[in-house]
Amino acid sequence: MPLLRQGRAVADIWTHVEGEGELPTDDVAVTVDAARWSADRDRLIARSGPLGVRLANNDPVDLLAEDLGQLALIVLHFPKFSDGRAYSQARRLRRLGFAGELRATGNVLQDQLLLMTRVGFDGFVMAAPDAERRYEAALAAYDHFYQPRRIVAA
Amino acid sequence: MYRYDDFDRAFLEERVAQFRDQVARRLAGDLNEDEFKPLRLMNGLYLQLHAYMLRIAIPYGTLSSLQMRRLAEVAQRWDRGYGHFTTRQNIQLNWIRLEDAPDIIAALAEVDMHGIQTSGNCIRNVTADQYAGVAADEIEDPRIWAEILRQWSTNHPEFSFLPRKFKIAVTGAELDRAAIRVHDIGLRMCRAPDGSTGFEVVVGGGLGRTPLIGKTIRDFLPKDDLLGYLEAVMRVYNALGRRDNLYKARVKILVHDIGAERMAAMVDEEFQAIQAEGGVALDPVLVARIQDHFAPPAYAPAPEGPPEVLALERADPAFARWRATNTAAHREPGYVIVNLSLKPHGRPPGDATSGEMRAVADMADRWSLGEIRVAHEQNLVLPHVRQADLPDLWRAAAAIGFATPNIGHLTDIIACPGMDYCALATARSIPIAERLADRFKNLDRLHDIGPFRINISGCINACGHHHVGHVGLLGVDKNGEEFYQITLGGSAEEDTAIGRIVGPAVSSADVVDAIERLVETYVDIREAGETFLETCRRVGNAPFKESIYAAA
Repeated sequence: MPLLRQGRAVADIWTHVEGEGELPTDDVAVTVDAARWSADRDRLIARSGPLGVRLANNDPVDLLAEDLGQLALIVLHFPKFSDGRAYSQARRLRRLGFAGELRATGNVLQDQLLLMTRVGFDGFVMAAPDAERRYEAALAAYDHFYQPRRIVAA
Repeated sequence: MYRYDDFDRAFLEERVAQFRDQVARRLAGDLNEDEFKPLRLMNGLYLQLHAYMLRIAIPYGTLSSLQMRRLAEVAQRWDRGYGHFTTRQNIQLNWIRLEDAPDIIAALAEVDMHGIQTSGNCIRNVTADQYAGVAADEIEDPRIWAEILRQWSTNHPEFSFLPRKFKIAVTGAELDRAAIRVHDIGLRMCRAPDGSTGFEVVVGGGLGRTPLIGKTIRDFLPKDDLLGYLEAVMRVYNALGRRDNLYKARVKILVHDIGAERMAAMVDEEFQAIQAEGGVALDPVLVARIQDHFAPPAYAPAPEGPPEVLALERADPAFARWRATNTAAHREPGYVIVNLSLKPHGRPPGDATSGEMRAVADMADRWSLGEIRVAHEQNLVLPHVRQADLPDLWRAAAAIGFATPNIGHLTDIIACPGMDYCALATARSIPIAERLADRFKNLDRLHDIGPFRINISGCINACGHHHVGHVGLLGVDKNGEEFYQITLGGSAEEDTAIGRIVGPAVSSADVVDAIERLVETYVDIREAGETFLETCRRVGNAPFKESIYAAA
């Protein structure tokens, strides 16, 4: 499945470790789920490679509030595109100051990309093979936004 | 009233183009029905029992004569020549072809109209008091804030995929004409001791399967904090609202489960965090510009109580009755608010043909500065009428059958479309409304009965708001036959109450007789000057129960 960064399909350098699975060598970029992060936080931080956490959309983001500086990637999940909890998670994480990659996975469709971008996502894993074209079309659909530039001071 | 500027128009053009592309992708098979459904719903396009239905927003119920004429044209060209005004200040066209939908949306956009957020799990079209800006008892025009909410919620990136639909209503007066306590969020403009105006914030009201009255979580919210505070409410709901069960996904269930105090505390915590981050500051320039749009029009001086109108009132009791029943006090001397009853006896409540829509547009141009309102009771309102014009307006309204003097009376029935149109309904609503209207068509009797609200829903989803009718009828299916469960004592106004079920559902054949017996009981036992609702609250359901189930 294509991974988009800045609208371009790129290779995924990350190793996504499932549950309590074995970690690769220290220099490899890994993501873990919320439970593993809570359990293994210190050991993970002691590694030399980049770190990421995958949150389910009912995981409270506050769980990462103290660790945002340690993380280069947070993956948020859309089990189905109509479940919009991850929009609020993204918005909250950006508000808390997370500056790394915010990646959307799951049921990520063309018509949601613009909204996702606007709450702070900048990475997208999409099923569609022509993801780049779709991204371009989605972002070109609107030049006009009521929030925040319209009624709300920037 | 609010006029779109270049920004609003450009946005709407982008929206039309996006929807045209989505329909094309659907027709080409690139989108499956599951993927297309939420996209079409976000533009108000439903798939109903027989055809597609398009729900068009009339934000806070305000409509220009130009827009009304376009609705007439769209209904004529792409539908069957009529539309249905709903309790949510929308109009629905019931016989749309998917292939035509993009052209219809484009035709509506030309007059600044659309179906955005009339459906889907987003913040829906914001509703307001239909007398906003003209009511004599108003604290402040709520439409300014309803328009700000319209803009803020339009395509909101965070709140377009909520657990469920989300409805906000705003009222600016002491009397609640927007049913704010049965909305997800109800906002009531009020005054602080220092004289500044703001909002009482009510959260978690709603009807449907679990009717609940909203709870006040903030007594006074300064206006500048409105968007930040609502953002906090929405974020809490988006995170914690249940998604496992469609019927439990509303904010009313969340508030009920955790309690209003906990809800208020969580919202406040989130609001503080938003404030700390810099807040959601309203741009005063843009707010002022929106305020200017709603500045009172330049009313030409008009005499209060013109002699020729008083003379006609003495000479013609029919005019006197209409004036007393269908008009309301205006803040400007010499002016009056006129209700056009969309409940002519023998017609589906809320329906208007293209011809009637054009006639109303003409009346608005002639006598109401080109402005029309849509009431949540499914009537139309002309908000700026000179008292001196009442006789001419009355005759014109009567000519199209919109002058029935029944506003707030028994035949001013709120009814959902029911099984005649709706895929969800289990019983019909319209024929019951028509039969009741026929039974009580004698105007002397109707007025002797006095203020009386009947609400009819064709299923438990309660689109006819039966829980808050003085008498509510809920259609249920029993082995393929239509029955009606009766509730008594509901109200959607400032004394909001959920009606109580009287007893077993009554058959379709019996229901009109049962209501008539109930009404006769009320007439017999009422004290002088007491309305049905007051009697009902005084004596309880028992005497009415007896009359409903009495052998015919």
